[in-house]
Amino acid sequence: MKYVLLFVDTPEFQDELQALSPAERARLFERVDEWFAEHAGRLRGGQKLRAPESATTVRLGGGGPVVVDGPFVEGKEVVSGYAEVEVADLDEALRMVADWPGCPVVEIRPVEVPVPGSVPQGAAGLPAGGPAGAPTGAPAAPSGPVG
Amino acid sequence: MGGAPESGRGEPRPGEPRQAGSGVPARPEPGAAAHRTLDRVVRDHAGRLAGTLIRLTGDFATAEDLVQDAVVAALRRWPAEGVPDRPDAWLYTVARNRGLDLLRREETYREKLAQLVRQEDWPHGRGGARDDRLRLVFTCCHPALPREARIALTLRVVCGLTTAQIARAFLVREATVAQRITRAKRRIAEAGIPYRVPAPDEQADRLTEVLAVIYLLFNEGYLATADRADSRDLADDAEWLAALLHGAMPAEPEVAGLLALIRLHRARGAARFRDGGLVRLRDQDRSLWDRAAIERAAGLLVRTIRRRRPGPYQLQAAIVACHAEAGSWEETDWEQIVLLYDMLLHLAPSPVTRLHRAVALRYTAGPAAALAETGALAAELSGYHLFHATRADLLRALGRRGEAAAADRRALELTANPAERAVLRERLDRG
Repeated sequence: MKYVLLFVDTPEFQDELQALSPAERARLFERVDEWFAEHAGRLRGGQKLRAPESATTVRLGGGGPVVVDGPFVEGKEVVSGYAEVEVADLDEALRMVADWPGCPVVEIRPVEVPVPGSVPQGAAGLPAGGPAGAPTGAPAAPSGPVG
Repeated sequence: MGGAPESGRGEPRPGEPRQAGSGVPARPEPGAAAHRTLDRVVRDHAGRLAGTLIRLTGDFATAEDLVQDAVVAALRRWPAEGVPDRPDAWLYTVARNRGLDLLRREETYREKLAQLVRQEDWPHGRGGARDDRLRLVFTCCHPALPREARIALTLRVVCGLTTAQIARAFLVREATVAQRITRAKRRIAEAGIPYRVPAPDEQADRLTEVLAVIYLLFNEGYLATADRADSRDLADDAEWLAALLHGAMPAEPEVAGLLALIRLHRARGAARFRDGGLVRLRDQDRSLWDRAAIERAAGLLVRTIRRRRPGPYQLQAAIVACHAEAGSWEETDWEQIVLLYDMLLHLAPSPVTRLHRAVALRYTAGPAAALAETGALAAELSGYHLFHATRADLLRALGRRGEAAAADRRALELTANPAERAVLRERLDRG
């Protein structure tokens, strides 16, 4: 099954990161790189995202598009990166995530696989072949989403 | 977690009214016994059928629907027609016919039911028996499912209860149970919850979840109130599940511990109620206890403890065994019980367990020491009726009658259970 792991950052984790010495921080990034290397065979793509302050949200409908600066949902927990993975089942995804060394929350979201001949539900408007950031086949870039 | 004492209810406590316990033991009407027999036959076969159908269809939800249809048909027809010689083959045939109906009506089932069409006879009939119920249990109790869904799914898929039976046992609407089941099945499919026994490195955690579900079921049944006496005996289902698991995983000490715990409690069942009222352990007529069952369960526990992998269920069972093996309340080995509570607290700290320990401490260190011990728990347990009932007991033993009555009144305010209320009222009346 295909899942997207959504890496979620919290203010507490940011504080912890700030409190680390440069050497400790470097070690943490190293462990994140190790994690990506260890799971390279399961990874199908993914990126670290820039901070939510850099996001632009567009709301459609009504009188046309409304552009708002910032993320679509205001909150303390923010998605800081994602990885697409291909595993046998939820248990394998859970095992992967169990030793994730970075941010403290990870959401495991199954990717909807269109049934041949049927219209995918709730995915209207997505390009054929899957959501944006479609599988590149290459393992995610090192120094993935830590914080 | 362990579903042990910190599960919010704690285990039925030695020496005090059973928590929320009340019900009069079932007095079956004519026919009720026959129905229970039917339920047991269904239970022995439903999980196997589910396992086989999942294997044939490759689809948990479809298989589960077919099993439920077969179970409902059996409970409707067997009372009149009699239980067939081969209930498993009968159930399989009904499920398969239902599958063929579905196939005719719905294109989407074609692929899923292809294997079922080919498999005309109950596959276990030719001796190639394969028991898939262990993986079924692990799937139903997966931590990615909400707790209520785990319970409902386990009862329906593994034990073969109907939605109506589950609803009656938990005093919820049938539609609520049906919705829980539907959502859980959708979640199993969509989230990719696997149908298999977890890998060795994750088995310990997952087994803990399974045991917690069984223990909750047991409490639900054991503490059932009188108005549920005519419905399904969930304590019996819990014991059956624990035994099923023990048969499949005989080397797991906590599985054996939970089975022993359930059996030790149930062996004393006949003495728990008198004239519709709850009888406290110290007042129970011990000649009504099933001595043979106690011995067997204690034997299982002793063999298990020799494995030297202690856990909360083994320790709770050992505490219950101390009570069950004592000839009288006075002969109880309180020193041993306090020691076992210390070990239990070490493995699974919980204020309710500390309260239980205080009750035992009264008999080794005196009521003043026990009362002091409960004082430290006030912040966490002030909303718990047994906290106040225990303090009332201890205060009375110390001659502080006024404070004792106040504590009993507080306990009375906090419980709605009729049997417990009766015990508390009687104490207040005696002054």
